[in-house]
Amino acid sequence: MSLVHAVTAVLPAAAADTQVGSPLLNIAVFAGFVIVTLTIVIRVAGGQKTAAQYYTGGASFSGRQNGLAIAGDYLSAASFLGIAGAIALQGYDGFMYSIGFLVAWLVALLLTAELMRNTGRFTLADVLSYRLQQRPVRIAAATSSLAVSFFYLLAQMAGAGGLVALLLGLNSLWAQYVVIAVVGAVMIGYVLIGGMKGTTWVQMIKAVLLISATAIITVWVLGKYGFNLSALLQGAVDNSPEAGPALLDPGLKYGLSELSKIDFISLSMALVLGTAGLPHVLIRFYTVPTSVQARKSVEWAIWLIGGFYLLTLVVGYGAAALVGPDAINAAPGKANSAAPLLAFELGGSVLLGVVSGIAFATILAVVAGLTIASSATFAHDLYNYVFRKGQATPEEEVRVARWAAVAIGVVAIVGGILAYGQNIAFLVALAFAVAASANLPTILYSLFWGRFNTRGALWSIYGGLASSLLLITFSPVVSGSETSMITNQAVDFAIFPLANPGIVSIPLAFFLGWLGTVTSSEHNEQKWAEVEVRSLTGHGVAEAVDH
Amino acid sequence: MTDQRHDSRDEIDAGHGVDPYVQLQRTEEFQDLRRRFRGFVFPMTAFFLTWYFLYVLAATYAPGFMSTKVWGNINIGLIFGLLQFVTTFVITFVYARWANREFDPRAEALGQRMEQLGGAGR
Repeated sequence: MSLVHAVTAVLPAAAADTQVGSPLLNIAVFAGFVIVTLTIVIRVAGGQKTAAQYYTGGASFSGRQNGLAIAGDYLSAASFLGIAGAIALQGYDGFMYSIGFLVAWLVALLLTAELMRNTGRFTLADVLSYRLQQRPVRIAAATSSLAVSFFYLLAQMAGAGGLVALLLGLNSLWAQYVVIAVVGAVMIGYVLIGGMKGTTWVQMIKAVLLISATAIITVWVLGKYGFNLSALLQGAVDNSPEAGPALLDPGLKYGLSELSKIDFISLSMALVLGTAGLPHVLIRFYTVPTSVQARKSVEWAIWLIGGFYLLTLVVGYGAAALVGPDAINAAPGKANSAAPLLAFELGGSVLLGVVSGIAFATILAVVAGLTIASSATFAHDLYNYVFRKGQATPEEEVRVARWAAVAIGVVAIVGGILAYGQNIAFLVALAFAVAASANLPTILYSLFWGRFNTRGALWSIYGGLASSLLLITFSPVVSGSETSMITNQAVDFAIFPLANPGIVSIPLAFFLGWLGTVTSSEHNEQKWAEVEVRSLTGHGVAEAVDH
Repeated sequence: MTDQRHDSRDEIDAGHGVDPYVQLQRTEEFQDLRRRFRGFVFPMTAFFLTWYFLYVLAATYAPGFMSTKVWGNINIGLIFGLLQFVTTFVITFVYARWANREFDPRAEALGQRMEQLGGAGR
């Protein structure tokens, strides 16, 4: 009974005249996805004895498969629910996010994916430590990678809790905590049983489901407007009395003040330069055997991700037109509920159930990718090369990686529960900002600049990491405004006015990388020759692939 | 960025004792590959970053222009935004074609030459 009541509260617009018996259906769809994927994970798992099998699935995926998995890894709940909701409520400004998320892939395509495939094995630090001093550089790269993954993971886990309130009608806090724990447990299960191979399959399945469902909703919405985009936009405007025609113009969110404009430019920098530095994206390039396949992966990823974001444009404006901002704002998940409410409006509880299941699948696939990337960083970089000085056997390393995956899962569950209900929407943007500041400058320098050395790398990584964290701490997202993490507005130490640190931290990290390099005399011409020859010709990459 | 272009044939022949990677790096063919690669990806990167930030600046500082209606409710902002998708897809297509035709055969040939020079494994 209370379940039905809860759902009535969740879906006020729909509940009046429709029977919404969907929580059980939603749970069934979710359970179905978990059972099917776990079965597949168990089947494909096979041997997980070597480190290469655990971290990269033996580098045996094709470019097309990996492109699909990248789409599944990258299209998080923030992309699916977040962008659709942002478009529904803020119109054009929501659309601008998706453009940054897509264009960013050109950095990976042109500058990093192939060269990193050729010079690395499992992690970002592999590429750097090739010609720099192994120990300090591995510690630095591992620190920033773990920081990026942690912020991203926390956002996803807390998001999972919020999704439950919305989709399953479980309004009690404990029920939401239980669901966060279930998500964490399933994620650990995928990673322990299937390693990278299993995780990749989960991501591929999720990408197919997510893109298909979004395509169906898109065609459905367009059909209602005679496949006339202009008519759909008119519908969105008519149904948004508050925003009105401004819904179709830039500026609803970021055009408010001079500061908000600069804030958006700062966010754009982080989005476009951060993607190629995300550790869970980087590790995906190592799941294919050659740089040619790495290139194919990114090509496929760009087609799929770009196509998906085009669909979200229709889904977002469709939600504004058919559900309306009032109903969206009244739902517990606010903007995040736009796409599910649209699904309910179109296809009733069945389509809502499908979309809910896919939203969970999305979170699961992304957190599994984050977990495996972090466990690789921990076991390969820190345990093996720092603590054991490279002497650990592959079996020992994999054992540590599995324990690390469990530990990361537990931290994610606890962190997700603690962060749940806080204003943590900034965490995803922060992850991109740290990736763009701490990781990308070092990656580019080490692939393209012969003179680059250890001091440059350390200054750039630690400088980028510290500056973005410091700036965010003293920004309005942490204190001093209505939407701050610290809700008591009397506490106000926001001396940095922007919510996004990228505009300062990214140029600073590039500068520090240059300054550190030119003030240090370290320069190893022979190692640079090896890096450059290997990165461009792919020489030696086959030796690194063990089967 | 380092730009030591040595003329190289002789060094390969006389290259006993010189590290094989350094030997290959110094060949004219490798320098040519590197020039072609950078000559393609650097300008392309400069182009798409400029084009993207031009869009971001237009959306933030020229909302009036972006709001100009072109056809029905379709305004310049929407078209400009969709053009970002188009250029991303076109760059992807053009780069992949260039890499498959121009870059891969040269890189592969040099990779084989490296095998002969006997670069150490990892």
